[in-house]
Amino acid sequence: MLGYIAKRLIALIPVLFGITLLVFLAMHLVPGDVAQTLIGEKGGQEKIVKLRHELGLDRPLYVQYWIFLRRAVTGNFGVSYQTMEPATAMVMQAFPVTLQLSFVAIPAGIIAAIKQNSIFDNALMAGASLGISLPVFWTAILLMMLFSLRLHWFPFVGIISNNTNLHHITGFQLLDALITGNGTAFVDVLRHLVLPGIALGTISMAFIARMMRSSLLEVLQKDYIKTARSKGSAEFIVITKHALKNAMLPVVTVVGLQFGTLLGGAILTETVFAMPGIGRLAVTSILFRDYPVVEALVMFTALAVVLVNLIVDVSYAYIDPRIRY
Amino acid sequence: MLVIIFRQFIRNKAGIVGFSIILVIILLAAFSSNIAPYNPIEQQFTQQLRPPSISHFMGTDRYGRDIFSRIVYGTRYALLSCFLADGVALGIGLLLGLLAAFYGGWGGAVIMRGVDVMMAFPYLLLAMLVIAILGPGLINAMIAIGIVYAPQYARILRSLVLSIKETDYVTAARAMGASDNRIMLQHILLNAMAPIIVQATLTAGSAIIEAAGLGFLGLGAQPPTPEWGAMLSGGRDFMLSAPWIATFPGIAIAITVLGFNLLGDALRDSLDPTLYKR
Repeated sequence: MLGYIAKRLIALIPVLFGITLLVFLAMHLVPGDVAQTLIGEKGGQEKIVKLRHELGLDRPLYVQYWIFLRRAVTGNFGVSYQTMEPATAMVMQAFPVTLQLSFVAIPAGIIAAIKQNSIFDNALMAGASLGISLPVFWTAILLMMLFSLRLHWFPFVGIISNNTNLHHITGFQLLDALITGNGTAFVDVLRHLVLPGIALGTISMAFIARMMRSSLLEVLQKDYIKTARSKGSAEFIVITKHALKNAMLPVVTVVGLQFGTLLGGAILTETVFAMPGIGRLAVTSILFRDYPVVEALVMFTALAVVLVNLIVDVSYAYIDPRIRY
Repeated sequence: MLVIIFRQFIRNKAGIVGFSIILVIILLAAFSSNIAPYNPIEQQFTQQLRPPSISHFMGTDRYGRDIFSRIVYGTRYALLSCFLADGVALGIGLLLGLLAAFYGGWGGAVIMRGVDVMMAFPYLLLAMLVIAILGPGLINAMIAIGIVYAPQYARILRSLVLSIKETDYVTAARAMGASDNRIMLQHILLNAMAPIIVQATLTAGSAIIEAAGLGFLGLGAQPPTPEWGAMLSGGRDFMLSAPWIATFPGIAIAITVLGFNLLGDALRDSLDPTLYKR
């Protein structure tokens, strides 16, 4: 198993190398001069030349890429043009919020998929088709209108209430609350995550439910299910112990593939709920051409997607012990 | 064969519903100027934030613009976004997939690793990266979405070409002295069309959602364009006082995307003989 993980990690190197190349070239294809944009119309030519030199933009492209690569490996993407803060720190501050939201949405989808039964099958499948068709930001707005603004059941915006104190350790508010044993903060963050989590969960629910249904239906036709039933096992045991575990493999694969979509959806959802995640950061840094932040953001997101898919691959062996690496 | 496919298709009720929805959207887009009762961008400050009524079927927005008229005109942008994004994705994806599979070797491997790299990015983020290069705007957003979806086509086509190029009729064509171009275009591409059509229909739905998402973030269509995502974004500030502004564009997006998804699913079932019900 460890050998397989090591092999997969080594295989990630060319993919990550490709990602750095794509991000670097994308940022250098942007029309216009970064130095001129930063200094503005009124700045003299001398200042522009000086800034170009300071930013290393007057060097050959391959030298710039080499510098970018060296910095990317150490997680240093330079300082934000807007705030002059380190770009990596800005992204690392926002990233846990988005990541947290994506992880909350996955179980929401799985629970919805498992809870199906034949009576509600058609309704659920119709719901799943609708779930794929609904824009996540619209679902978020509808949930917010009903449960926050009308019924006042959940907080309106943000990730944590202003009057709740939480000591920051990992940046993942839920985890920080657990580590510090702060029950009030944990409940508060969870309440903030419920509506965006459900909104985002509709995407994963739709895909996971469809895959779960077809996979489970196929497994239920197998001989070992007939054997289990003829032994007199309760239907609940047949489903949970025999069928579900064997049906999980394609579902887990979908969860991995869905992660990228979820991160994209999280960008939109957190914009609706004004959460301080990567969505807002991405939009402002793109509009202001804050390249160090865009580079850091894209690199960390791609890394997260690649790593989640690696974890999914490794989990196959746990779900199906016949799989050996 | 076409008759069998057609018969299978009309048996599928969901497919008929999907086809009907798309037909209505196309008709609305074609006859927008006849159907919409008001000019979609003309501001009427005496009619601001009016709730749905007989004169304004879906109410008005903060500038007094008729929501129904804006939604009717919005069908044009929705269709444009799916056709343009699909066209760009199809063009790039077909070229990459066909070349990677037909010639294989190092070139093919490099193309497919590039495709892997692109698929490691969340769609929306990759589209945002492309917009960082091209600049915000409706057409740029559509091109960005097209580029983002191209790897899917490349993968599907590569797998199809790999199996088709080993078939007897391709060997026969080669034995008869057909050129690479002729084999690729006439024999392989034509036989790979069915799954590509299904993918194009399903991608169309996703493209509308992505375009609306970019419009919502302010990176796609710019005001006063009556694009559904941008309209929804404008309704966020009036969720309590005028909920209709954000509600109706969302319904329009959902129905259109549902139409494409139902049509795509039905086409997939009709084109796959193993799924035929006797």
